[in-house]
Amino acid sequence: MSYLESNLKTVPTGWRKILYMNWPLVILLTAVACAGFLMLYSVAGGNLKTWAEPQMKRFALGMVAMFTVAFVPMWFWRNVSALAYFVALLLLIAVEFFGAIGMGAQRWLEIGPLRIQPSELMKITLVMLLAAYYDWLPVEKVSRPLWVFIPAAIILAPTFLVLAQPDLGTAVMLVLGGAFVMFAAGVSLWYFGTVLALVVALVFGVMESRGTEYQLLHDYQYKRIDTFLDPGSDPLGAGYNIMQAQIALGSGGWSGRGFMQGTQSRLNFLPEKHTDFIFTTLAEEFGFVGAFSLLMLYAGIIGFALYTAMATKDRFASLLSFGVAGTFFFFFAINMAMVMGLMPVVGVPLPLVSYGGTAMMILLAAFGLVQSAHIHRPRQR
Amino acid sequence: MRRSPKDTEESTRRITRRGLMLGGAQVAVMAVLAARMRKMQLEDADQYRLLAEGNSVKIRLIPPARGLIFDRNGVLLAGNEQNYRVTITREDTDDVEATLAELRRLIPITDADAADILHDIRRRPPTTPVTVADRLTWDEFSRVAVNGPSLPGVNPDVGLSRLYPRDDDFAHVIGYVGPVSDFDLSKMEDPDPLLLIPKFQLGKSGIEAKEEAVLRGEAGQRRVEVNSAGREMRELSREPGKPGENIQLTIDYRLQNYALQRLEEESAATVVIDVTNGDVLACASAPSFDPNLFVRGISVADYRRLTQDDHRPLADKTVQGLYPPGSTYKMVTALAALEAGLVTPEETVWCPGYVEIAGRRFHCWKRAGHGHVNMTKSLEQSCDVYYYELSQRVGIDKMSDMARRLGVGVKPDLPMSAVKEGVAPTKEWKQERYGKDWLIGDTANAAIGQGYVLASPMHLAIMAARIASGKKVEPRLIRARDGVEQPVHVSDDLGIEKSYLDSVRKGMTAVVNSARGTARGSRIEMKEWLMAGKTGTSQVRNITKAERARGVIRNDQLPWNRRDHALFVAFAPIDNPRYAVSVVVEHGSGGSTAAAPIARDVLLFALAGGLPPDDAYPSSARAKAKELNDSLDLVDPESVQKPQARSRA
Repeated sequence: MSYLESNLKTVPTGWRKILYMNWPLVILLTAVACAGFLMLYSVAGGNLKTWAEPQMKRFALGMVAMFTVAFVPMWFWRNVSALAYFVALLLLIAVEFFGAIGMGAQRWLEIGPLRIQPSELMKITLVMLLAAYYDWLPVEKVSRPLWVFIPAAIILAPTFLVLAQPDLGTAVMLVLGGAFVMFAAGVSLWYFGTVLALVVALVFGVMESRGTEYQLLHDYQYKRIDTFLDPGSDPLGAGYNIMQAQIALGSGGWSGRGFMQGTQSRLNFLPEKHTDFIFTTLAEEFGFVGAFSLLMLYAGIIGFALYTAMATKDRFASLLSFGVAGTFFFFFAINMAMVMGLMPVVGVPLPLVSYGGTAMMILLAAFGLVQSAHIHRPRQR
Repeated sequence: MRRSPKDTEESTRRITRRGLMLGGAQVAVMAVLAARMRKMQLEDADQYRLLAEGNSVKIRLIPPARGLIFDRNGVLLAGNEQNYRVTITREDTDDVEATLAELRRLIPITDADAADILHDIRRRPPTTPVTVADRLTWDEFSRVAVNGPSLPGVNPDVGLSRLYPRDDDFAHVIGYVGPVSDFDLSKMEDPDPLLLIPKFQLGKSGIEAKEEAVLRGEAGQRRVEVNSAGREMRELSREPGKPGENIQLTIDYRLQNYALQRLEEESAATVVIDVTNGDVLACASAPSFDPNLFVRGISVADYRRLTQDDHRPLADKTVQGLYPPGSTYKMVTALAALEAGLVTPEETVWCPGYVEIAGRRFHCWKRAGHGHVNMTKSLEQSCDVYYYELSQRVGIDKMSDMARRLGVGVKPDLPMSAVKEGVAPTKEWKQERYGKDWLIGDTANAAIGQGYVLASPMHLAIMAARIASGKKVEPRLIRARDGVEQPVHVSDDLGIEKSYLDSVRKGMTAVVNSARGTARGSRIEMKEWLMAGKTGTSQVRNITKAERARGVIRNDQLPWNRRDHALFVAFAPIDNPRYAVSVVVEHGSGGSTAAAPIARDVLLFALAGGLPPDDAYPSSARAKAKELNDSLDLVDPESVQKPQARSRA
């Protein structure tokens, strides 16, 4: 890629590492974060202090974290991955007992002045441990049942803890992120096919059993499914959020209503306008041009992360980069699909744009891992 | 762990293959997202825009009904009436001026008002409805409603507005409400969103201001669907607010009405307290004004008339007016001396018409002097020299201490505007206030309620109530809140020996009932209602040595505002006191002639529960009383809103 690479003979050391980073990735991440600041400024009604300023501070802190993580060699991260996973798991268990309640779920841990969300931490440590696992496992054993069962357990343990909070969005993210690494590691397609078939059969069974004596879900749960399938059926109840989000998004048109001119978000029709639903404000104010540009920025980030993943010969670094790229991908894909009415509403924020400290810091630190993989990739002598 | 090169090769190949598959899948998902974006924002954009603009949900506040205020019998004193009005919301109309012009063809709006309205509309956020016209007749209101479609952004609605059915009678006690001003808002840190509603009514004075927090209530919310013109299409949900608390006063509406009329054209005030429980039964300040004028927006001419009147109608003289109490203060001096053991009731003092104190001559009001004077006679004939003498024995500190125990110089705990503390002076107080030393002459002046001593009619009524009952009576103005009776504060710890109080009461009885009493002309004849009291006449000017030598100028030869204040405090019946009263007539000349008859009549009205029988008056006063009573335009109990007929509206 870079002109430096042609002369590259050895892994760089010291401050020279900075020259060997995946710089396009850094620029794209910053660009997305800036779009986020702009939107947070807008939804606060032109107030910097409400959300934009704290978010900027966290971004600055996150960037420091990214560079720090990037400078540490890959072997270190491989060696601490198991430890990191278990620490995150312990924190998740701690949340069950000492966690703070917020927005109807128990998600936060307060340690001194810090307020952390262990489930966010878990998204990355899970990927790290799985990458280390497949680095250790001989390639021919990858698809044997016992060796598939172990990573499945690694994924499901935190998933159930998160479901208990309850936080469906994060649980889905953990399963998909883990499955993404397993898929990249080369686990037989049969496993994935079987699981997919089972899920489809389950959904079918649930829907078909409705109204019969052996109905599988509660009535209110069916009602939620109805709302997803047809938000208009209950415009003031559960469907309200989705309806208003879609109206805001659709009314943006080609070029949008203009910065700070969105009517829907301004009039408080939108719930969670600064967190999960921030994309609707962006789409309303900047239209298709803005929304599509953001999607392209995200695609660029994924692209450069995947490039790092495929460019390195180190199995751990490669799988880890895949995992980070996958997790990031699920973040924005699920969020966008959700607000555009392609998916039921599960609480997943728009990465680097939605207001939220832990998610922003963890994501940037995770991209630090990708950067480390990029800097410390094995080179031919 | 070292891997064989072959193993690494295989792994890398596999990862690359799977990576390409995953990358492909991601591209596919993103393509779906982009396609969805395109469909929503490009193909269906018009439809969504229509939804956004044509079908919005708006939150509207429902102002709560303000709490009602009743008199002690449950007669309505402050209520709410329906107010038909029209508002314009800038956001919902394309051309404010055109809309307003259209509206002016339907209802009368003056050019000046129209300019104000336009200014107001431009100054406020576009979403705020601005009141264009209120208190419309039903005809005007329906004309606007019918023409709705041609008036985008115009909303006819019905609000509640304060109404004071008893007009002038309660203007000072209850006060009035008025539209929230920018100044009101600037004083609040986090104003209730209700206050941002244009022309929302806020208590400005009296109970309305002091009890604002409970009278206001809590706002409700309506979620309504509005079309592109801002017109409500349907109501989606409604959360009713909480109406304000109802307040029942201790005041009796008939006694209040009578008292205010009895004060006639004077600049005067009277307070009636039930000595058994401290209930303020009447609290009238004359002249009064119509609080409804302020609710509707008072005209400049009316306002100027009120502020430029030298009788100060806007001031509540009952608690804000401070006067030298004059001879009504002599009970304080007497009680202080008795308690200190420095005088006995029988002991006499020689009054030659003046006394020399610290080289200055202090005059008695009677130039010839009263001769030998004991305590009863000193009160009966209001001898000043007796009290000059007592004051020199007792000293100012004990006198002022006694004054405070009787309520003078202590701020009454009442929910009224600008309640004054009064002054019961001490040496330290003078030093602090004027930076001057206390003089012996100051003590002599204080003994007869002149000099630095200041009291309001409320203070004097409290003092009379405490002397009458021997109990520490605290005034109570609010009888019940939302039907819950409020505590009475009457306790036994006045701490003045009964025999001392009896001596003073004996003197006060003589003032009214004995042959030479200063207020004999104002006595009550009926045995069971006999009244005791004390006159007071306080100077508002200094009488110079030269003037005294020439002969003091008579009050009726002075301009009105240089004449003496007339005061009277009283209680009745003597043997089982029930009501205490104080009357202050500004520049009324003499306590016995100007104030005492009013106090007698007010007490009689309270005792009789209406106009008293003729034989309650002394025979000499009957004709005059009858003439006076006939001339009054008293409230007809049949005409008021009866307790059972009251509604929460």
